[in-house]
Amino acid sequence: MAAMAEQAIATGGFGDPMVPRVARLRRRRRDIAQVWTLDIESEAAAVEFAPGQFNMLTVFGVGEVAVSISGDPAAPGPLIHTIRAVGPVSTALTALRPGAPIGLRGPFGAGWPMAEAIGRDVVIVAGGLGLAPLRPALYRLLAERRRYGRIVLLYGTRRPEEILFRAEIEAWRRRLDFDIEVTVDHAVGDWRGHVGVVTALIPRASFDPQHAIALVCGPEIMMRFTVAALRDAGLGDESIYLSMERNMKCAVGLCGHCQLGPVFVCRDGPVFRSDRLRGLLSMREI
Amino acid sequence: MEGLERIVREHPFFAGLGDDFLALVSGCAKNVRFEAGEYLFHEGEPADQFYLLRQGRVALELTAPGRGALTFQTLSTGEIVGVSWLIPPYRWGYDAKALELTRAISMDGACLRRKCEADHDLGYDLMKRFMPVVIQRLHATQLQMLDVYGSHG
Amino acid sequence: MSEAEGSAGSVATGPVAITAAGLQLLIEALQRRGYRVLGPMLRDQAIVYDDIAGIADLPRGWTDEQEAGHYRLRRRDDDAFFGYAVGPHSWKRFLHPPVQRLWRAERDGETVRVTPEPNPAERFAFIGVRACELHAMAIQDRVLLGASHADPHYRARRDGAFLVAVNCGTAGGTCFCVSMGSGPEAAAGFDLALTEIRTEGAPLFLVAIGTAAGQGVLAELPHRTATPAEAAEARSVIAKTAANMGRTLDAEDVRDLLMRNLQHPRWDEVAERCLTCGNCTMVCPTCFCTSVEDSSDLAGIETSRSRRWDSCFTMDFSYIHGGSVRPSAKARYRQWMTHKLATWVDQFGTSGCVGCGRCITWCPVGIDITEEAHAIRESETR
Repeated sequence: MAAMAEQAIATGGFGDPMVPRVARLRRRRRDIAQVWTLDIESEAAAVEFAPGQFNMLTVFGVGEVAVSISGDPAAPGPLIHTIRAVGPVSTALTALRPGAPIGLRGPFGAGWPMAEAIGRDVVIVAGGLGLAPLRPALYRLLAERRRYGRIVLLYGTRRPEEILFRAEIEAWRRRLDFDIEVTVDHAVGDWRGHVGVVTALIPRASFDPQHAIALVCGPEIMMRFTVAALRDAGLGDESIYLSMERNMKCAVGLCGHCQLGPVFVCRDGPVFRSDRLRGLLSMREI
Repeated sequence: MEGLERIVREHPFFAGLGDDFLALVSGCAKNVRFEAGEYLFHEGEPADQFYLLRQGRVALELTAPGRGALTFQTLSTGEIVGVSWLIPPYRWGYDAKALELTRAISMDGACLRRKCEADHDLGYDLMKRFMPVVIQRLHATQLQMLDVYGSHG
Repeated sequence: MSEAEGSAGSVATGPVAITAAGLQLLIEALQRRGYRVLGPMLRDQAIVYDDIAGIADLPRGWTDEQEAGHYRLRRRDDDAFFGYAVGPHSWKRFLHPPVQRLWRAERDGETVRVTPEPNPAERFAFIGVRACELHAMAIQDRVLLGASHADPHYRARRDGAFLVAVNCGTAGGTCFCVSMGSGPEAAAGFDLALTEIRTEGAPLFLVAIGTAAGQGVLAELPHRTATPAEAAEARSVIAKTAANMGRTLDAEDVRDLLMRNLQHPRWDEVAERCLTCGNCTMVCPTCFCTSVEDSSDLAGIETSRSRRWDSCFTMDFSYIHGGSVRPSAKARYRQWMTHKLATWVDQFGTSGCVGCGRCITWCPVGIDITEEAHAIRESETR
């Protein structure tokens, strides 16, 4: 019965996964240059999502785009999404005024392994916008803090001006049960924090590689080198998870666009355990 | 063998190398050539050699889906390609592609590592040659990533 | 396939036979039941699938000459109704149409009302479905109906269809259904299956019954029990077709073969010939990839989204972050062939290829999937 209800929600009640339900933009905030956080309220019953899942958002008449759900899975109220405006659809989406209708399909995809993380140290390595789909996982970890070992967030981005969710990160840093290190590629002026690649933070981080699980999200080059650095630090491929990205049209495994070798990123991912992708990550044009 | 020794000694990287060491390193050397567009090695492959470029040009690249190959450095005649053979895990951290017909001497890294372990004087000589290359590249890379040409303000 | 509607009369036991007149009455019986009857016909110098009114529309007495990059129609020296293989169309153009609207939206101020596209009321009757095509439908069923989210448009068309299969009496020049285990005899998935033979110079069709619905329709037609000689002749026709395949493909472990040869130099070689035109994906009966397009009237009041066939051979197909993930022709050909023969197995549990040979015939430069697989396999044994 639960599975059927889930299906009904995901298909907008029409039994057709390609038909959106009509939601509404409640609020939009600019985070960093070209990156916006959108609060979207669904007219249907509140939709539950798992950390790491995504929605397909439609600007009627313009198009549809996959957007990371970046909010707290336990919080009632609007669904929080974070997106960078790079193409016509995302630009139109981030230009909508509060109250505007938005088509919503989802949530889709396999999310972060929250159950597997219980009882283990959790190392989260985020690069640039990759922090967005990881934030729901962080909210869950912090809400149930006692269930996990050490929690470490290593975040790398281009410049201090491009630190996503900066105010929140600074608030988290004041906690005593959560290690956070932030680094930038280069900085000017009064930045006193780390400057360097995010992988350089890994050897210094405190976690037990024998009992740790890693969640990684960022540009694919960054994820490749992060996986290598985590393996150097003693984690096995079966303990490292990445969130992959490919061209998506249907988000339900029917259109073929998001294939990566034998897997569909929309349906088998976007979160994958590293051993499932080993050969694929290092192959060009696959 | 003599011809190879001469070529190795003439390469700027080994300028001033004594006869004994020359004989040792030449034992790990061989002639290679790469056509334009041919890859010398790929990211992730075992790094067991380095190359003395005699002629031609090589691009060092990283690839990202949708962005293709991103070149972060080019090297040409008189320079060397490959420092990853020096340190574990002996794996290439990037791709190297010949941009034009490139002739080089390929130095067998595993062979050289063994000889350096056996003869520490040889090892120190090689390290003294490699360190300037590595440090200069580091400084150059640091300058590159500061985005000095971008508009700032 | 629909449930039995009740048979009008009893059906003779043992293999059954109908004449050409019986085939005409079969088509009429389906029309009376409200089916849209589709079958092979001549158009644009090819045998295509479209609406047929009766047996007069069938390409009687014609055959097709197929080779890599080559398709010609030729007159037969008999007047067989189904004396040809398959043409550029497959039944997917009806079950998984090239363009399909998904929904419409109407805006009224800040309110938007979304209306899913209703499915057509028509039901299809396909005349002349080949064994390879039945397998292709079964494969597309797994893709489009087997996932956690099924495609309701495909389901609506597929569930209502009545299939009259035909066992091939002529092997095509590029056919390799025997290698793929998908023919030439239709084993399952049909309502009725016909095998055309000649007796005393006149065509006769032996009929196998696949479903109760098929039995119900057959009961309305004049039919008789086939003689043992006729049944033997039908078996012999099928055996002869199986023995005359135009191509073979060693399908035994082709999945593993291709997945361990993703960097094989053969991919560079075929890339020099491949135009990335995408013909193969359009004619292939199992290729299912689609894209979506949103459209709007000028005022932005009425908007809609449509789904259309897409091909992994386009640069746009894998576009992210400002470029294609597979910019080279080599990467795109490799994607298509490894998906068809290898990763399809990981995704759906079967091969994606049914050995119909269309991709070989309709490739403008004659690239042959069996030849490519063979070349890679051979290079390993050397």
